[in-house]
Amino acid sequence: MNEMAPISREERVEKLKGLGCSRKRVEDVRFTQGKGNYVDDLKLPGMLHGDFVRSPYAHARVKSVDKSAALALPGVVAVLTAEDLAPLNLHWMPTLAGDKQMVLADGKVLFQGQEVAFVVASDRYVAADAVDLVVVDYEELPVVTDPFKALQPDAPVLREDLQGRTSGAHGDRRHHNHIFLWEAGDKAATDEVIASADVVAEEMVYYHRTHPCPLETCGCVASMDTVNGKLTVHGTFQAPHVVRTVASLLSGIEEHKIRVISPDIGGGFGNKVGVYPGYVCSIVASIVTGRPVKWIEDRMENLTATAFARDYWMKGKIAATKDGRITGLSCHVTADHGAFDACADPSKFPAGFFHICTGSYDIPVAHVGVDGVYTNKAPGGVAYRCSFRVTEAAYFIERMIEVLAIELGMDAAELRAKNFIRKEQFPYHSALGWEYDSGDYHTAWDKALKAVGYADLRKEQAERVEAFRRGETRKLIGIGLTHFTEIVGAGPVKNCDILGMGMFDSCEIRIHPTGSAVARLGTISQGQGHATTFAQILASEIGLPADSITVEEGDTDTAPYGLGTYGSRSTPVAGAATAMAGRKIRAKAQMIAAYLLEVHDGDLEWDVDRFVVKGAPERFKTMKEIAFASYNQAIPGVEPGLEAVSYYDPPNMTYPFGAYVCVMEIDVDTGVHEIRQFYALDDCGTRINPMVIEGQVHGGLTEALAIAMGQEIAYDEIGNVKTGTLMDFFLPTAWETPHYTTDFTETPSPHHPIGAKGVGESPNVGGVPAFSNAVHDAFRPFGLRQSHMPHDHWRIWKIARDLGLHG
Amino acid sequence: MAKMQLRLTVNGEAAELLVEPRELLVYVLRERLGLTGPHVGCDTSHCGACTVDMDGRSVKSCTVFAAQADGADVTTIEGLGAPGGLSVLQQAFREHHGLQCGFCTPGMITRAHRFLQENPNPSEEEVRFGMAGNLCRCTGYQNIVKAIMAAAAELNAVREAAE
Ligand code: FES
Ligand code: FES
Repeated sequence: MNEMAPISREERVEKLKGLGCSRKRVEDVRFTQGKGNYVDDLKLPGMLHGDFVRSPYAHARVKSVDKSAALALPGVVAVLTAEDLAPLNLHWMPTLAGDKQMVLADGKVLFQGQEVAFVVASDRYVAADAVDLVVVDYEELPVVTDPFKALQPDAPVLREDLQGRTSGAHGDRRHHNHIFLWEAGDKAATDEVIASADVVAEEMVYYHRTHPCPLETCGCVASMDTVNGKLTVHGTFQAPHVVRTVASLLSGIEEHKIRVISPDIGGGFGNKVGVYPGYVCSIVASIVTGRPVKWIEDRMENLTATAFARDYWMKGKIAATKDGRITGLSCHVTADHGAFDACADPSKFPAGFFHICTGSYDIPVAHVGVDGVYTNKAPGGVAYRCSFRVTEAAYFIERMIEVLAIELGMDAAELRAKNFIRKEQFPYHSALGWEYDSGDYHTAWDKALKAVGYADLRKEQAERVEAFRRGETRKLIGIGLTHFTEIVGAGPVKNCDILGMGMFDSCEIRIHPTGSAVARLGTISQGQGHATTFAQILASEIGLPADSITVEEGDTDTAPYGLGTYGSRSTPVAGAATAMAGRKIRAKAQMIAAYLLEVHDGDLEWDVDRFVVKGAPERFKTMKEIAFASYNQAIPGVEPGLEAVSYYDPPNMTYPFGAYVCVMEIDVDTGVHEIRQFYALDDCGTRINPMVIEGQVHGGLTEALAIAMGQEIAYDEIGNVKTGTLMDFFLPTAWETPHYTTDFTETPSPHHPIGAKGVGESPNVGGVPAFSNAVHDAFRPFGLRQSHMPHDHWRIWKIARDLGLHG
Repeated sequence: MAKMQLRLTVNGEAAELLVEPRELLVYVLRERLGLTGPHVGCDTSHCGACTVDMDGRSVKSCTVFAAQADGADVTTIEGLGAPGGLSVLQQAFREHHGLQCGFCTPGMITRAHRFLQENPNPSEEEVRFGMAGNLCRCTGYQNIVKAIMAAAAELNAVREAAE
């Protein structure tokens, strides 16, 4: 029964297309032919379309809603308002952050674009016509869009529903627009170090409000089968199981009567983690009408109403000795959460993992305090291609390092190297309470500086400054440095949960008799290529070719419970579950092989795709043979079949890191920049598929480019969103996007079954400070310390003007 | 709203249907003809996810009224495959990892298909400029550019061999 033509071990490894190979993606065959299956492609018989009436005001009382004209329009089936939802207790819904949020305006609106009424009609055009016919009478109220003003004693009261409540989900509220104060570290010790330090650099670093803006907006199709009482919801969900649980809790429908399906998702980047009013209204509308209801946001609704990111005002102090040894760090954040606290963070972490803000540095004492504040802006606070608030943290520390370098008159690369956590210090306990699992920062840093020719770049830059001063050029060079440490893979169930659900993840594997397999996971790909890479992990674990393994995700009726895909957690958590489930399969396979070969279990060893009798390499059973045997042989003491399931609770997070260098030319008179070189070294531990990793890095860097150089959600004084379309909201085209050079070191995670750490978000976390530091660095010789992002041409031009460089 | 008779050719087949004149071409293609390859990613003609070929030019089908497409010859991604498999461009996108979530991909490939007829021998810079009407949020474009350059080379080789 053994294979006919013996092939070499190398050939057998190659055939598996397992770990470490750049396997071509299985998803691409359908995507390149236009045969993807995104939510808006779904068409169910009798399906209706929902559309929102939204508030044009940022703060107003809703005095009346007149739906009569809309209801009279042929094709309109229903118009829902808060009054209609109130008897079901669905006019408000809980947020992931322990707050609650209006589903439809209940007496007042709190941000521009807020949902006021939900129109249900026979098609999209009719629904849009009907939205125009709903007459809402508003009474405008004073608006506050600045979190500092929102905390003044006489600021308007935004959340009347919370009036008199002096504490919330995360402790005391000290003002009517205050949400929480969250702290980490030792304040007294930090203050003391700062008070007595040789050198202290102090700076306000603002990470502006922006938006994940995946190319596909959010949407769903809710379909209530009134005959068997089953609700099916297809939608753009990064966490389908969590959506099912929330839908059950809200609607009272038992969880086994709800099926949530995430079809192909056109990018998520954090936008598709939350639960939005559109989902709730579609479900209610389907229950009320007995027909499927589709709701798809348009781009303006997406940018103005669902899931902003960042908006952190970070006031920092960093203390050091005269020769540049960092002795302490403090940070106070004023966090603008908008009208409702709908941040998608693990429950116990209202500021996410912001306290990773000591970064890659060995800082003995530190303290962080984060004040959450309500304003008349959209709710959200999602992790836009980063783990929870980690990009804010990385930007903060990488700016503070630069400012400290200025204060010390020191080279910023040297200052970093001097303070890196050393290789032998891992596992490293940070002053703010994390246990960094592994790292080798100096090696990565040296490799990066060497690759870009750092010393020569500095020389060229100095010469350019001289030439500029002599009036021979109008262009400056900026060298943007970053060494970041990410924290991903939430997380240990003991301290990470979302709505009480522990943040484990899962994988279930079934091996078919002829030696192919299906693996189902609790995560969901939004372009990361899980169907490709998880099959690779499994191929290496169980010795069946990746091409013979189907990976399925996103259907709660078939997939095991999982917490979904965001915060780079799929590889660290579900990837680990996959490996562990694979190992269970292998353990059973070993018993079967032992029986077939008539030896003891312990006499066998695993070799690529088979169990071999130790010392007798010609005696073996391949995984394919074992699979068949598991179904057709009666093996004493072993159940038939070959299946396994693993729920993996990671013992710790993983800590990917990287070293990035951006070289930028800046035209002082126009503010136009050109990225001459971008070098990105990532260490994400074991590399599952180098091609996919490189693609993730390119994509993340481009999002970082957008954020640092132009992308923002901006409001005017009265709460109008000024950047609600792609006309004003910057998404770089191929023309504006530079060429990237990628590189790597490989420091496996010691606690992950295959040593992988996750990579999808690193380039965003590291990229933003690299681009921003390049702009700052160009103007450092002329006295620039800090200038807020985004660095669009106008703002760069203003830097030059304010420094007197326009002559 | 009064309906109009619309006649057009889509992927080589004649189609005749009753539509409201205000309906957008992308809506007609997706909702009435069931061609869900072209996607909608914006409201302002910026993203190019809806790109189709109309009478030998790339158009954003979200910005063309059905009425304007009367009598037109339209090709969508569904009409660009090779018999029994992937076209050279589609294959190149897969080979060079020119896509991730795939949402921009039909528009991207449809535009690239036209672009390579406009300029069969492009430089990397020309590809970047010629594709600037199509946004991608996932790939950072580098591998898209690589894929298009590779497809150009392969198409040229095939053409030369035929000559
Ligand atoms: S949908 Fe964005 S350009 Fe057509
Ligand atoms: S692959 Fe996702 S938008 Fe291009």
